Amino acid sequence: MSDVVEKTLTALPGLLSLDSQPGSTKLSSSSKLGNLIRGITELTSKHEEEKLIQLELTSIKEQVSSPNTSMRQMKELMVRAIYCEMLGYESSFSYIHAIKLAQQGTALEKRVGYLAVSLFLNESHELLLLLVNTVLKDLQSTNLIEVCMALTVVSQMFPKDMIPAILPLVEEKLNHPKEIIRRKAVLALYKFYLIAPNQVQHIHNKFRKALCDKDPGVMTASLHIYLQLIEENPEGYKDLTTSFVTILKQVVGGKLPMDFNYHSVPAPWLQIQLLRILCLLGKNDQSTSEIMYEVLDESLRRAEINHNITYAILFECVKCIYTIHPKSELLEKAAKCIGNFVLSPKINLKYLGLKALTYVVQQDPKLALQHQMTIIECLDHPDLIIKRETLELLFRITNAQNVTVIVDKMLEFLRVNKDDYTTIDLVGKVAELAEKYAPDNEWFIETMSTVFSVGGDTMQPDIPNSFLKLLSEGFDSMEEDRKLRLFAVDSYVSLLQEEPGKLPQRFLQVISWVLGEYSYLREDLEVDTVLRLLAKLLDMKTTSSETKSWVLMAMTKLCEGGAGVSVAREVSETYSSSLDTVLRQRAQELQHLSQDSEMRARVLPRNAGLDPLEVDSSLSFLDGFVSEALAAGAAPYKPPHQRQEELAQAKALSLEPYGLSLPISMSSCCITDRQSPTLLSISSGLSGNSNDLSYRGGLKLDGVKRVWGREGYLAQREPVEESAHVEVPSPLRSPSQQGGAGGSHSHTPTHTPTPEPELEKQQLASSLFVGLASQSSVCLMGKSEPTPQRFRRKANSPASSSAASEKQSNSMVSAPSTVDNLMFNNLLDSHITSEPAVSSLEQTPQLSQGLVAANGSCDEELPDSDVNGSSPSLIGDDPVVAAELAPHEEPPKDLLLSSCLPAELSGLSHSEITPLCSDQILDLSACHVQKEDALVLVVFIYNSSDSDIQQILLELDSEELEVSCESDSAVQEATGHSVAVCQYSLSVKRPSVHVELVGMVSYQFPVGTPQSVQFSYKLPLSSFIRPMTVSTEEYGTMWLDFSHDTKQNLTLISDDQEPLTATLSVLKKKLQLHVVEIIGMEGIVACRLLQDQPCLMHCRMHAGTMAVWLRSPVPDLPDCLMYFCQRALQEH
Amino acid sequence: MIKFVLMVNRQGQTRLSRYFQPVELSRRAALEADVVRCCLSRKKDQCSFVEYKDYKLVYRQYAALYIVVGVTDSENELSVYELVHNFVEVLDKYFSRVSELDVSFNNRPITASLSEHDFLFVTFVSLTPHCLQIMFNLDRVHIILDEMIQNGHVVETNRSRVLAPLTALDKMVD
Repeated sequence: MSDVVEKTLTALPGLLSLDSQPGSTKLSSSSKLGNLIRGITELTSKHEEEKLIQLELTSIKEQVSSPNTSMRQMKELMVRAIYCEMLGYESSFSYIHAIKLAQQGTALEKRVGYLAVSLFLNESHELLLLLVNTVLKDLQSTNLIEVCMALTVVSQMFPKDMIPAILPLVEEKLNHPKEIIRRKAVLALYKFYLIAPNQVQHIHNKFRKALCDKDPGVMTASLHIYLQLIEENPEGYKDLTTSFVTILKQVVGGKLPMDFNYHSVPAPWLQIQLLRILCLLGKNDQSTSEIMYEVLDESLRRAEINHNITYAILFECVKCIYTIHPKSELLEKAAKCIGNFVLSPKINLKYLGLKALTYVVQQDPKLALQHQMTIIECLDHPDLIIKRETLELLFRITNAQNVTVIVDKMLEFLRVNKDDYTTIDLVGKVAELAEKYAPDNEWFIETMSTVFSVGGDTMQPDIPNSFLKLLSEGFDSMEEDRKLRLFAVDSYVSLLQEEPGKLPQRFLQVISWVLGEYSYLREDLEVDTVLRLLAKLLDMKTTSSETKSWVLMAMTKLCEGGAGVSVAREVSETYSSSLDTVLRQRAQELQHLSQDSEMRARVLPRNAGLDPLEVDSSLSFLDGFVSEALAAGAAPYKPPHQRQEELAQAKALSLEPYGLSLPISMSSCCITDRQSPTLLSISSGLSGNSNDLSYRGGLKLDGVKRVWGREGYLAQREPVEESAHVEVPSPLRSPSQQGGAGGSHSHTPTHTPTPEPELEKQQLASSLFVGLASQSSVCLMGKSEPTPQRFRRKANSPASSSAASEKQSNSMVSAPSTVDNLMFNNLLDSHITSEPAVSSLEQTPQLSQGLVAANGSCDEELPDSDVNGSSPSLIGDDPVVAAELAPHEEPPKDLLLSSCLPAELSGLSHSEITPLCSDQILDLSACHVQKEDALVLVVFIYNSSDSDIQQILLELDSEELEVSCESDSAVQEATGHSVAVCQYSLSVKRPSVHVELVGMVSYQFPVGTPQSVQFSYKLPLSSFIRPMTVSTEEYGTMWLDFSHDTKQNLTLISDDQEPLTATLSVLKKKLQLHVVEIIGMEGIVACRLLQDQPCLMHCRMHAGTMAVWLRSPVPDLPDCLMYFCQRALQEH
Repeated sequence: MIKFVLMVNRQGQTRLSRYFQPVELSRRAALEADVVRCCLSRKKDQCSFVEYKDYKLVYRQYAALYIVVGVTDSENELSVYELVHNFVEVLDKYFSRVSELDVSFNNRPITASLSEHDFLFVTFVSLTPHCLQIMFNLDRVHIILDEMIQNGHVVETNRSRVLAPLTALDKMVD
């Protein structure tokens, strides 16, 4: 470094004399900033602070705009402005001066200018563009310090569109002799990769060079890029595993210079980074994992110094060992390591141990057994965060046998917890567990009641929704359904009789719905009683109008002749003059329907939840309205995920009130098939899901030697015995039982009588960890669960797509308003014409079921299990049969398929035929064929069974593509062992580098249930690109018209001929572009996406590269095309 | 990933804040107050990590000064905890060296009797006139932090390398 300084000093000799007050200036406490800070510190009230700061800001404002202010003073002013902004007072007037300071200042002044810019502005601020020239100049400076500063600010923030302007300069710096410059250049490229990945695609090989840099700092910097790259595509970097392993080996072995040590541990953060990378590479990959066993072992061994940082490394190591392909020896050591963590008296280590354990039990639940007593202790820990982490751990090991105890513990925590966020999270988990493992009806209803009471109104709306959905859909047994509903009615009636004022609104809504729907099940319960209880809710001051409308809705369902009518009349009179239009509407409904029992029976049929509901999910009846609105200039509809994306971009750190931060993650969660409908599982689900995915096909512990035995309190228990214990929900069992249990444990460490509190803990342990030891195979949460789920959803309509289910489950949220639509029409009609509008009534019963069974057809069933589970025995369920069929049919299939290509397409070039999906019967493959003005997707449906299948329905959809069927009808048929072919013509709606189609094939045997399989097909946008023949003049006029553009430098291909011509001819050949003209150093090229959607390209040779400028009327098309050009040239 | 770094005193006044993900100015004060409340209410023997909304806070106390780092759940809390200490050591190294150059900083007896870290506490905390260097050098602390953390990732931990650019700048001024 010292020579950097030297060089700098020689570069700026005059500077030395400029500053008359060396060093000491920065320490001056009598400076203005010093005064300000002291002033602020002495203040006591917020109001005084505000006054002082405003004064300060006025004074700063005055001075920055004065022409006499020197750069040194400006620097000081900027620091003060930074201080004011830090305290939350905007000083936007100083932003432009910060940029000026960065531009005109020298040395520290310049640095402070850059610093102020990076603190004041965000990435999308328009002023940032003004910084580009300064950065450009500094990058070319001979003063290394200035280059350093420029690179630092670039790696913090830079306008995305301007990257091409500085990219060559930054790339150049990768070869700089000074390590600090190379390191910062790598970090700048990392930043570019983060904000515009395709801009740096062509320099991937330079990253490799950085990884092999002789300086450890540069290598470390490159790891950031690699971690990111590998996270996105682990397959692409497997070859680097050996390099990472070698690096880690050297670091662990202490080969780095001493100054990289931190408390005599060699480069700990580097080690952690490397372990994370290895973790990603070794996941689900045995051969790659094998490469790293040795170094992992060494890492575990070397980390012996008793210091926090070694434990941080160990934690990462353990995580890695449990993520990659398992090796028993290492697992054993890692388990021991976790033991050291959780048993540590240091609380931070204990926390980390619990976190590690939480991660690991998903792989090996038995590990929890080993530490059961520690876990129990942690449950009672005075520190809430430890408790919380322990509950998280228990959540992961919950099964049907310990659910009551674990849920008990969670509810206990919830009652004392004050933090809303934790409540929301935990309430969701309890609801999920209750739904999954409930041992009986009573427990389920009671637990859910607690959930609703504790969760209150902050709870995710999904929880009550899915609870109601569960109640209304019922399970496989009618009798069970009845009992459950009856019990719910019972307990809610008694709740209302107690103190309904204390219950949260959401819960009251649930109660009213349940009572409205099911109170008829209790025969001895007078309708009148229920109505009065409900009416009492209406009178309460605390009841919100939303709840009131639920109550009125319930009353509408109940008011049936007799005493009911009088209550109804009373209520409807009160509310028909309400200021709230919704309530008035409800009151009207109540009034009318209570008088007309025939109409009521049609509008609100009892027990309608069982019939599937026809829902026009596309809302096509609104099309006319929408197009009118659009024509009138309304903004087009944006789907929620798009809106959320935009929202998420706007604010990355979630500071919204609690509710809002969750729905954002929700969308990501909905994509992966959620096992539980409980929305709130997301917060855990986020980690849970990813882990789930990670080892669904991954860690197989079957063959691994189990070194830890079944010691612990339930060690010897047999499964039968366990189920007996479940019946005792309380962790405290009677002494006689204890004796019995104790006797059976020959492995209990001591036989001496244990003191009373200890005994309690042991009992708790046995009830918590029940069922863990008995399972021989690893199965937890969402994987093959041995105990049948109590509340397994019924398969109502397997054909419903997941998209539809999304919509419908939303509709449940506003259940009353579903009815609204039709009731509205109805009642209005009847109002105006004062006679029931018979014609509109016809649609009523259908729609009204929306209330009861808005979710009737939206079950989120796993399509696979559905197919497997219910497939008729017609086709051989027998795997042997399938195996026999497979071999002799495999080879000719491809040939067979390509011979099935329609005659008009057979002459054209088609892509490789790729398999899409298959089940026992159908085997789908597809390819795409490029026609001159179209792209045709050909789907082959091969029927591998002996029987014929009529009615094969193939549906395709895509966000980016327009799909139209070319065949006569969408319905196909396939005789046994033959192929049906469907053709679709594709055109691009929204360009994207890769476009994807999703589809579903559904079919039915003459006998048997309908089946469906989903698939997706991905193709590059380049398949849609066609040459466009235009003249240079036409090109000129078009060029000016197009609004979307992108610029970038691409590498030239230097064959023996002229480089520009060579490069363009490569592009012409690979991407079917049309070269319009080449004049000297410039060339113009044109192409189009199928018939329309042109894209123009302008190339100019400049300093050994080709500056490419793409323009098109279609957004995103230039970016995509740039990507393909880059790829094409790279491949060449 | 690291979301922000805060330095606050026991009165809850922010001494330094650096966000690695954009947070609106208007929201920062509330967030900081919340975060400080979370950490100040905790006892010495409690865990140094706190759950806060959907992320975690890692905090470390140096006398009356708290350094709080907001991290995502996937981050290794203990490594961040040590990163904070590394940061403090770097500051310590820089400012103790600087202080020796300072003429007006000759009355060191109070601090000289303290250990290195105590010196730092005093610097931040007691607000005696000669101990405010770090606070008065907000810009330099930021420059140091910029060398260590970028985009929410740890980019340099080697003490001499972290300080190299700043020392070079100082030499240019001298």
